[in-house]
Amino acid sequence: MGDAMLELRELSKLYATGNGVVRALDRISLVQSPGEFVSIVGPSGCGKSTLLMLAAGLVGASAGQVLVQGRAVTGPRTDVGIVFQSPVLLEWRTALGNVMLQAEARGLPRRAAEARARELLAQVGLAGFEQKYPHELSGGMRQRVSICRALIHAPQHLLMDEPFGALDSLTRDQLVLDIQHMWQARERAMTVTFITHSVQEAVFLSDRVVVMTPRPGRIDQVMEIDLPRPRTLAMREQPPFNAYCRQVLDLFLQRGVLREH
Amino acid sequence: MAEDALLRLEAVLLTARRRLEWRRRLATVLAPSVAVLVLLLFWEYGARLFAIPPYLLPGPQVVLASMRENAAALWTQGLVTTWEIVLGFALSVAVGLPLALAIFLWQPFARAVYPLMIASQAMPKVAVAPLFLVWFGFGLLPKVLIGFLICFFPIVINTVMGLHGIEREKIYLAQSMGLGSAATFFKIRLPNALPAIFGGLKIAITLAVVGAVVGEFVGGDAGLGYLLITANGNMDTALLFAGIVCLTVIGVVLFLLVELAERLLLPRHAVGGGAARDAA
Repeated sequence: MGDAMLELRELSKLYATGNGVVRALDRISLVQSPGEFVSIVGPSGCGKSTLLMLAAGLVGASAGQVLVQGRAVTGPRTDVGIVFQSPVLLEWRTALGNVMLQAEARGLPRRAAEARARELLAQVGLAGFEQKYPHELSGGMRQRVSICRALIHAPQHLLMDEPFGALDSLTRDQLVLDIQHMWQARERAMTVTFITHSVQEAVFLSDRVVVMTPRPGRIDQVMEIDLPRPRTLAMREQPPFNAYCRQVLDLFLQRGVLREH
Repeated sequence: MAEDALLRLEAVLLTARRRLEWRRRLATVLAPSVAVLVLLLFWEYGARLFAIPPYLLPGPQVVLASMRENAAALWTQGLVTTWEIVLGFALSVAVGLPLALAIFLWQPFARAVYPLMIASQAMPKVAVAPLFLVWFGFGLLPKVLIGFLICFFPIVINTVMGLHGIEREKIYLAQSMGLGSAATFFKIRLPNALPAIFGGLKIAITLAVVGAVVGEFVGGDAGLGYLLITANGNMDTALLFAGIVCLTVIGVVLFLLVELAERLLLPRHAVGGGAARDAA
């Protein structure tokens, strides 16, 4: 597959807090191939969001290196699309305007970008909502707009930080399917790094699932998910899928993240 | 067929509800009007019932009569005061906004200037008014300057707070899009700060009224503040009340003008605001 898209080398991150230094991440090493869909699951507070910010070059590491296609990252990466936990929409722009912000910032030709923005919005079921303002949209719709904004420039790397954490389960299911669809449509021209605390979501979407330990965040185990694509909702009820989920949950039980009393 | 009829009924119900919405809006105007009316009646008949002498508490009718009698003076003096208020406010906007920008952009400047600003606020403006009188005489300038001194502070503080108070993710987003710092400022940070800035402007306009009146109290030969002092000297309490009413009206109207500007400039920021919803 050639050069790695993303390589994390012995990455550590310390935070200074009121009562001393907290080690958020502890010597994380991970290689992600181009086009690969990798999820990172872990309990809250294990530093997985920090990991994504490091991978985006938005936060500096305390030790170690982030490499993208063999080159060390020293500042914010612009070859990415990012979906944050909250939609982070500009309240004074319409849904379309928010998606177009990315295009404007990058100086993409306006007409083509707008056509693509409308197409993306339609793909996630927001046709007819282009001129609505964020406060007129539901939480799920807002997050969909932010996904479109992250995709309009066809980035080679999509970074998602618990994007569905605040949504109801039906909306989550739909968006997970949408993400899979959009990723497959790019035919492995887009690498996805997906942070979640949902084991099901991680197994459903990923080629590989990275399981993290509680603080300090370390990589506990990396699992290959060998299930055919596109994955369907029915597959979630079947033994192979459940076996993978079980494996992750067993790890969490062993580490004391989960407790069966 | 039956379904069709049901739908028609639903439509009728919806329009009816729409009308009720109107009624609710009317109520938001009506309720305070009734409250004011009740208060006025209470005042009028309370003053009569307890036989309070008019030099202590003239009833609304007496005040109204005084307003009618002194309409010309109230109008001309009111214009003088309004002009002072507007100029003081304009000066604080003209100085406050660039000052806030400088404070936001340049840390050492912020550190140097902040204590001075806070001292300027802690200092009672009434106390410096005589000084301004010595320096700038009895004219317009000292009133404008006192107004400025009182109302630039909330503008600066709110603007600085608005510029700083942005979600970190919005800045991350801009960085990941390769947006330059100037573009980030104008496309994201400044519009994001506008509601806070308008909050400051609204506080400032009400304080500007205080500034102008204080200036006129200390050393004026015109304006409603001067009129109040004179009325007070003549024990003309009705005129005193009339002046206060005029000042209140001026203050409220100016405040509403600032609010109108806010609505026109940022209809989308007022989340849940009726105007934004109707327009969409």
